[in-house]
Amino acid sequence: MTERTLVQAVNRGLFEAMQADPDVVLLGEDIGVNGGVFRATEGLAQQFGTDRVVDTPLSETGIVGTAIGMALYGLKPVAEIQFLDFIYPAFDQIVSELAKFRYRSGGQYPCHVVIRTPYGGGIKGGLYHSQSSEAYFAHTPGLKVIVPSTPADAKGLLLTAIQDEDPVLFLEPKRIYRSVTGEVPDGDHRVPFGVARLVREGTDASVFAYGAMIPPTVDAAETLAGEGISVEVIDLRSLVPLDEAAVVASVEKTGRAVVVHEAPRTCGFGAEISALLAERAFYSLKAPIARVTGFDTPFPYALENVYLPDAARIAHAIRSTVRSG
Amino acid sequence: MRATDPELLQTSSVISSARVRPERDLVSTAAPSPRTSPGAAADPFPPARLPEAYRTMLLARATDERCLSLQRQGRIGFYVPLSGQEAAQVGSAAALEPVDWVFPAYRELAVALVRGVPLVAILDQLFANSRDRTKGRQMPNHFGFRDQNFVVASSPIGTQITQAVGAAMAAQRRKDPIVTLAYFGDGATSSNDFHAGMNFAGVYRTPTIFFCQNNGWAISLPRDRQTMSPTLAEKASAYGFRGVVVDGNDLDAVYGAVREARARAIAGDGPTFIEAQVYRFGAHSTSDDPKRYRPEALVEAAKRRDPVRLLRDRLVAAGLLDDARDAQWWEASRAEVAKAVESAEGVAPVDPMSFLDDVFATPTYRLQAERDALEQLVRDGVVKP
Repeated sequence: MTERTLVQAVNRGLFEAMQADPDVVLLGEDIGVNGGVFRATEGLAQQFGTDRVVDTPLSETGIVGTAIGMALYGLKPVAEIQFLDFIYPAFDQIVSELAKFRYRSGGQYPCHVVIRTPYGGGIKGGLYHSQSSEAYFAHTPGLKVIVPSTPADAKGLLLTAIQDEDPVLFLEPKRIYRSVTGEVPDGDHRVPFGVARLVREGTDASVFAYGAMIPPTVDAAETLAGEGISVEVIDLRSLVPLDEAAVVASVEKTGRAVVVHEAPRTCGFGAEISALLAERAFYSLKAPIARVTGFDTPFPYALENVYLPDAARIAHAIRSTVRSG
Repeated sequence: MRATDPELLQTSSVISSARVRPERDLVSTAAPSPRTSPGAAADPFPPARLPEAYRTMLLARATDERCLSLQRQGRIGFYVPLSGQEAAQVGSAAALEPVDWVFPAYRELAVALVRGVPLVAILDQLFANSRDRTKGRQMPNHFGFRDQNFVVASSPIGTQITQAVGAAMAAQRRKDPIVTLAYFGDGATSSNDFHAGMNFAGVYRTPTIFFCQNNGWAISLPRDRQTMSPTLAEKASAYGFRGVVVDGNDLDAVYGAVREARARAIAGDGPTFIEAQVYRFGAHSTSDDPKRYRPEALVEAAKRRDPVRLLRDRLVAAGLLDDARDAQWWEASRAEVAKAVESAEGVAPVDPMSFLDDVFATPTYRLQAERDALEQLVRDGVVKP
């Protein structure tokens, strides 16, 4: 075990994956000598050479398109998109190509690319360095969508992603890159996809969150514990594949559900969780499902603290849910 | 200025062993006068393989004829004809080696044939039957054959270009002496991935051949409305590598250009852009009606240099073919197509549940649940596959 920040755990995961397998190559903007704008690839170019840590021209469709070609040929490319907000030039390659290669070739051409990208707000990044657009990708058949919230999971899920057989979008909560520290297992530590993490057990309400929304959700749960409300917090961490059994079982136990994400509300991932619970846990529900989300606006620069769900807003929603039934 | 500025044209040489084509102005009013590259005749199409090349072109042409009619009869859902592009496809594909990787668009049927894909395997895909290697997942002509390093096509334009560059980067990393070749049309030169792919290929000097079949039309848009560049090939110079224009109806010119590009790529001299100027004789696809935007006279004029007839004349002149044998070969091609159609049409359709396979290596919980639910609906008679 070694104490690491979340971004250090990502770096360590990349280091170990590259050391273990010469087919693992990294590509992206400013990831080589500069070590990435968030330093996630710090030291890797020096360690493994610039032909394995490839600084690319400034083109996201170029990064993902060439990563696809590498994967078809047999390498294990890990592409970095500098900010999730800049992924859209590669949307066609991700949605039309990467996600569909195995399918459209009848299984002849698996296409295993990992795309790592920092997402989310809270760093004064404005409209174009703050978005949380995981729902677009979770809506695309053929893509796995993973969001760690702890250093141990960042490494463990990343190593699983790199050894997976399918394309993975790996969303890194940049707001807590350095603010969250934790023990990270050394060596080949892998966390399976499709298994939610029970952060905190509780009996009165279940709160489902992921990524950078975990710390304020835990804060809210602690506040409410002082008020006699017992909150169960579940870190989804794997949106696709989703641990549906854990989501349903928790609500069958508590009878109340709150979903938290920083993405806009309409068609956000919370809508999927809400629908799942309406379909499969309806008779266990004692109160309407609540969503605590970002707003249906572009991401505001000066007022991001108003836009983003925080512990107070999350606690308020849980409290209202518990009181309503 | 643009058609005649010598500086603009300097970086792209024009290879043609044929005369200046009189109908080139139909393709582009801004087309430059071709210059014959000194190296053009250095590596002509191997004479011994000319009859085989001709027969492949006949087979492709006969497939076009038959499939257009199958589509009209409702026996296949769609078809993308390639008539007019046979020499460009056969010449380029024949210049590659089996270890090379082809990233096709959706019009490269003759390329697949040259790569050794059996015609019946293509027909299986057109009929989307249970023998289709792609399991009925895509519209006709979007086939792929891993065994022949013929990557599965998609419909978005230009996306295969960056992928071909990425595969070449991977080959570089593995030190494999191979090239990747991306096929695309004139329209694709306006796409995002054309720019990104050309740019990456230049930066990393990848062993990639960009083979553009400029057939004059991107559905309804003529070549000179696609870009103000006098040629497409000269775009390569902005990316720091070589671009050449070839007469795409000239088997020798096409073959020689690709052989040379391949040799350069293998030697570490980086990518080459080849613009093969051809003409799309037919519709863009069976869903298109070119009479809406293209006078038939243009097609008739272009057909004066039909690549199939040009090769026929050449074989006749060389004493390798006469009218009787030509008729025999045509007959044999049509019979081969008929046999493949009969075989493919006789194969059972894809399994109704198979569309749920291959989304992931292992189905997710959700996909398994969806399959279970669908199976129940079938058992209950609600869904009738």
